[in-house]
Amino acid sequence: MQINLTVNGETAAAEAEPRTLLVHFLRDTLRLTGTHWGCDTSNCGACVVLVDGEPVKSCTMLAAMADGHEIRTVEGMERDGTLDPVQQGFIEEHGLQCGFCTPGMMLTARALLDANPTPTDDEIRVAISGQICRCTGYKNIIAAIRWAAEHGEEDEVLTSPGGEANDVVTSPQGEGA
Amino acid sequence: MAIADERPIGFGRMKRKEDPRFVRGQGTYVDDVTLPGMLHGAALRSPLAHARIASIDTSAALQHPKVRAVITGKDLEGLGLAWMPTLSADTQAVLATDKVRFQGQEVAFVVADDRYAARDALELIDVEYEPLPVVSDARRALDAGAPVIRDDKEGKADNHIFDWEAGDEAETDRVFDDADVVVVTQEIPFQRVHPCPLETCGAVADFDKVTGKLRLWCTTQAPHAHRTLYAIVAGLPEHKIQVIAPDIGGGFGNKVPIYPGYVCAIVGSILTGKPVKWMEDRTENLTSTGFARDYLMRGRIAADRDGRIRALRVDVLADHGAFNATAQPTKYPAGFFHIFTGSYDLEAAYCTVKGVYTNKAPGGVAYRCSFRVTEAAYLVERMVDLLADELGMDPAELRLQNFIRAEQFPYTTKTGWTYDSGDYHATMREAMRIAGYDELRREQAEKRARGEYMGIGVSFFTETVGAGPRATMDIAGLGMADGAELRVHPTGKAVLRISVKTQGQGHETTFAQIVAEELGIPPEDVEVVHGDTDQTPFGLGTYGSRSTPVSGAATAMVSRKIRDKSRLIAAAALEVSPDDLEWEKGRFFVKGDPEKGQTIQEIALASHGTLTLPEGVEGHLDAVAVYDPPNLTYPYGAYICVVDVDAGTGEIKLRRFIAVDDCGVRINPMVVEGQIHGGLAEGVGTALMQHIAFDEQGNCLSGSLMDYLVPSSMEVPDWELGETVTPSPHHPIGAKGVGESANVGSPPAVVNAVVDALEPFGVRHVDMPVTPARVWEAIQTGTTESPQ
Repeated sequence: MQINLTVNGETAAAEAEPRTLLVHFLRDTLRLTGTHWGCDTSNCGACVVLVDGEPVKSCTMLAAMADGHEIRTVEGMERDGTLDPVQQGFIEEHGLQCGFCTPGMMLTARALLDANPTPTDDEIRVAISGQICRCTGYKNIIAAIRWAAEHGEEDEVLTSPGGEANDVVTSPQGEGA
Repeated sequence: MAIADERPIGFGRMKRKEDPRFVRGQGTYVDDVTLPGMLHGAALRSPLAHARIASIDTSAALQHPKVRAVITGKDLEGLGLAWMPTLSADTQAVLATDKVRFQGQEVAFVVADDRYAARDALELIDVEYEPLPVVSDARRALDAGAPVIRDDKEGKADNHIFDWEAGDEAETDRVFDDADVVVVTQEIPFQRVHPCPLETCGAVADFDKVTGKLRLWCTTQAPHAHRTLYAIVAGLPEHKIQVIAPDIGGGFGNKVPIYPGYVCAIVGSILTGKPVKWMEDRTENLTSTGFARDYLMRGRIAADRDGRIRALRVDVLADHGAFNATAQPTKYPAGFFHIFTGSYDLEAAYCTVKGVYTNKAPGGVAYRCSFRVTEAAYLVERMVDLLADELGMDPAELRLQNFIRAEQFPYTTKTGWTYDSGDYHATMREAMRIAGYDELRREQAEKRARGEYMGIGVSFFTETVGAGPRATMDIAGLGMADGAELRVHPTGKAVLRISVKTQGQGHETTFAQIVAEELGIPPEDVEVVHGDTDQTPFGLGTYGSRSTPVSGAATAMVSRKIRDKSRLIAAAALEVSPDDLEWEKGRFFVKGDPEKGQTIQEIALASHGTLTLPEGVEGHLDAVAVYDPPNLTYPYGAYICVVDVDAGTGEIKLRRFIAVDDCGVRINPMVVEGQIHGGLAEGVGTALMQHIAFDEQGNCLSGSLMDYLVPSSMEVPDWELGETVTPSPHHPIGAKGVGESANVGSPPAVVNAVVDALEPFGVRHVDMPVTPARVWEAIQTGTTESPQ
């Protein structure tokens, strides 16, 4: 079937089997390999992308379900050669090691900050609690997101097309916890 | 130098060179590799833990329009590849021929046009199994009449693998028999766990029939060792094998062994003439690749009434699964378990380890630790706490009373390790200071009086890492020395090529910092090349915290070779004697005339230029070094964990965790701290939730992240770190390695804290993982026994 969607602000159209998972569609068909595949049970969050501004585990969603929607992946975080404050924060605070969970973590962080520009550390913990990192012990991820909050732009809605700020919800899925 | 003020040339906090690509999603992991015409492989796995294979019918799968090949064990037999050697001189089935020996074992391999079609075709393969009795409990493996798992081995009539011992049994018995002693005995299992890196294992094999060259992109922590083993196993000429470990999404020991999937991808590529990608899913990762631990330990500790610890004995039953695929130096079937004497000055020690086969996945690997050091640290640190309880002493005070003293280093243990350096008392006291230990004990007493259950757990560990001296340590016959090659280009920029491979540790940054420290070339001017066997010198790879102790040392030594040569070139350029030159970071200058000198960049240009070089000095500024460590290094640390236990539900709240590590000189403290944070989280996970469990039929009960729980951000506290620095005397830069320390030291701190919290209930021990159910049960029964 033909799937039409917007990815990182650009329209994309491609053929895919109806059963194709969004994560595989992004990775194998659109060759956007920054989105990772880490489990099959929606526990790890390596595959998180933003769908209309909301973090979604793209292994849990069929590509067909994304038809007509706006997808944002890690490749779309940098704008005009400037890193998103979240990306910069991960560098500044050593918020990543192997880098495998990083794209998903950063996109969840982006959605969190769009909804809540000044989160507490506990709010950050809850926001990323549905995603697993095996390297950092989370402390520096929390610090990285805090850094982004402290250095972020005022109007993040501009960088999150389609996402109404008050609609953005992070949805921790605690099975992995 | 101005630059040094802002960012020191060499050691110090420096943002990672890896990060710009990772935060843009531009890392290249194995599953990101796509080659023209690439096919996809998938493995059919056994649903049974033990069964004879009566027949395999692949005809329907072969008729699938997208299937290019179906490989079975019989096909591999024809190629001599049905079995492969393990890292422990055993054999492992690549694809099962006679029978399956664990649930999840590879039975057939499909190569198809895309990954979905490959999986579809697995459903079309019809395998007829004849079930056999299962050995799922190591304690039953040696029973008379137990089914023999490895009947492929000629004459094998039981499930015994090895017996191994260390220390002096007679002397240990003598001390135990001595009159004035307290003896505590406890069974302490260390459950089977899995490293569970976020990226699963996989490979892309590309065999070129014309050139005969095999390129293999692979999730491997040890690309060079793998290349040599492929050459030996498959009979491919080694110079035609290129193993490329691209970005690796975490390893933790899981990516040390060679797995059947890698071999099948290679065979698939040879058979089809196309590149073949195989990427396992999470269930395959958890159920078939290298597990860790699974040690049933029985400890006995002897001490005087005044608290002097005198002797320790441990007897271990080790579950190695269906194939003995333990990754460790060849001469050490139980790894370095004989460091179980820990950080204490004992009179005698002795251990036995008995390895057995069971119908479980093969292993075990050194999960974020040097070989079996985590098991050893857990054993001794639990035993010391049990002793403290028996003696009515504070566990921190008991440790301080028995530590090896600073002036005793280098200290040779009763099992033969020579610890290089340490000041354990200082590190322990620093942890107690940060924790506010006395205040915590006061708080605990007040809470107990109110019926609240707070626990304070102490642990102190000593690791033996950086394997190792090649005279005594090898893996599959390959000595554990590592090479480094450094080229300084004419403009003074450098390329360092190393044998080890980062899986997130940050080698591209920290190894550049070592060169920078030694030569004064800014780290950003040093490119670190690794993970490609055609591009890098031979070495055994990254595991057992060996990168900094071995390859880091090689990097320092090759830099010093460059520096020595630079002196001769600078002397020629300045027309002075080499002896008249003095080195400051980045520059030689004339003694007494500091203005007159040559920077390393000027020397690099001169070495490539027209300068007349001294007799015997070759042009250019390149060098190679191979580092054979004279000893291992012995990082250590003091950890204190504070928990609150809800006696009604058994729920454990990890309130604080204090970790003071001494890993010698810290190259990049930011990276060191990150390594410690990560190790703590994994250690806490091991203590509280990680468990690869089986039922009696050998069904794996932990085959997904819904069942195999690992910590999220909600289960870990805000780590509180401290440090002491005691350099290793034999390492060129005094560093000891740190990537695994926290995973070794933290499980006993957590368990000791929980047991401490439950002391009012008479609880002396709770097995890992310390789940709320186990805590609740312990509260009800005051149990000291280990549940099965």
